[in-house]
Amino acid sequence: MAFNWFKLSSPASFYPVAGALIPWFAIGAAILAAIGLWLGFGVAPTDFQQGEVYRIIFIHVPSAWLSMFLYVVMAFWGALALGFGTRLSGMMAQAIAPTGALMTFIALWTGSLWGRPTWGTYWAWDARMTSELILLFLYLGIIALRQAIGDPRRADRACAVLSIVGVVNIPIIYFSVKWWNTLHQGASVKLTGSSMETTMLAGMLVMSFAFWFYSIAAVLARLRAIVLERERDAAWVAGLPEVRAAAGGPG
Amino acid sequence: MNHWHFILGAYGVTLLVVVVEVLAVRARRRAAARTAAASAPAPGARPGTSVRGA
Amino acid sequence: MGGEALPTVAAATHATGDGAIAGVRWALARDLKLAFRSRAELGVQLLFYVIVVTLFPLATTPERNLLSTMGPGVLWVAALLASLLSLPRLFATDHADGTLEQIALSPYALEALVSGKILAHWLTTGLPVVLLAPLLGQQYYMEGESLTVLTTGLLIGTPILSLLGAIGAALTLGLRGGGGLLALLILPLYVPVLIFGAGAVDAVRAGLGATANLSLLGAGLALAVVGAPFAAAAAVRIALD
Repeated sequence: MAFNWFKLSSPASFYPVAGALIPWFAIGAAILAAIGLWLGFGVAPTDFQQGEVYRIIFIHVPSAWLSMFLYVVMAFWGALALGFGTRLSGMMAQAIAPTGALMTFIALWTGSLWGRPTWGTYWAWDARMTSELILLFLYLGIIALRQAIGDPRRADRACAVLSIVGVVNIPIIYFSVKWWNTLHQGASVKLTGSSMETTMLAGMLVMSFAFWFYSIAAVLARLRAIVLERERDAAWVAGLPEVRAAAGGPG
Repeated sequence: MNHWHFILGAYGVTLLVVVVEVLAVRARRRAAARTAAASAPAPGARPGTSVRGA
Repeated sequence: MGGEALPTVAAATHATGDGAIAGVRWALARDLKLAFRSRAELGVQLLFYVIVVTLFPLATTPERNLLSTMGPGVLWVAALLASLLSLPRLFATDHADGTLEQIALSPYALEALVSGKILAHWLTTGLPVVLLAPLLGQQYYMEGESLTVLTTGLLIGTPILSLLGAIGAALTLGLRGGGGLLALLILPLYVPVLIFGAGAVDAVRAGLGATANLSLLGAGLALAVVGAPFAAAAAVRIALD
């Protein structure tokens, strides 16, 4: 039984699919987070050098990975929007940006709080943290460009170009910041110890999946809102139960 | 070294951000439904997006 | 807007010369002539660069060692800011009176026309910055090899600023929040240029030699020359649709 994926490529057909998927990913995220935190706090031992504080890693690393992964995925959907002109692709890219930006913020925040007890300072111009900060600026730029352009089609395509240019630049930016950092600091400051315990690694991996599932759920939920916003004049939207309910109420 | 307040600050703010994001997306969808209800024509008055189309 | 000496859009539409070079030449000649007519504006932008460079010692210290350490960074950041200030000029004036659309419709490839415009932009904005650098560097007690490496870095790097900046200028055509939005979009992309450019001088001072930094800048320039005109042309088309 072949499934025609292209059937899903219209906002109308994907809207209910997204709605069905969200609860699964949300619950999956919660379960994975529970397992990850159990591994992180219950199983993984106290670090020899850093004590308990290193446990921030179970949020810091997953959120950092997601922040980069989401940017690439957003650029991918942008490329599709540019190449094929499909509205849903543009909407997907639009839905990803805020979640990506929040992941970047979490990575920076947790990294800063981890840095204070370990390095003695909230910010230390570490190569990875500095690159992460620039990534946040890249996300905010995409969001700002989207807001500034009124026409959704032009916004889709402009943000696509910007995110593709960004995706090409991210490795360059990271490389240049690392270069700058190692030239100016003797030994590179590492957040983790020289080797990582298996249980720590396991906790980090499980939490990464938890963050990934959560991101999927959040992005799909935002996508549904965006579909409603951009397709509001379509008849299939008028027939939706949530829209009927909103119409039936006051106003 | 325990530094529980740093751990709390990290996990706490993360939880806060997640809650804010969830609430914000839900509010956005409700607002979008309301706008759609206000601007949509009577069902059947305009052909909607076909399933085939993109 | 067309003058007797200005290569008019109509002339381009009837152009018989084809190929990318002709397109570049046409846009270059036109933009240079237009820039020459508003030389005062160019002078003002250059003056902005000089003033910014002068502000930093006033805000920090006249002390020789500190200034010579800060110098490359300050000159580079000022070059970035000056580039940002001048970028809207690249497309906005043509866009405002409809000329940009006509240019896009001409038989020359838009990528070639955009390249010509970027070249004109660099010649009128970036090159003066490069030429002023040896003078301004001396305000920061820079001399000899430091100064040479600074100037060389700016020579390689300022075209990159124009190339990347053109993408941002095209993306933000006609939008509110223009200058600030452009800065937000472009400055993160400028970071590697800043790091390798200013880093080249630091490397020289540390006795490491500037070859690595300058080579990386050169590679960046090559990449930008190949990629940016396409991205900028795509962005112009998106803005014009």
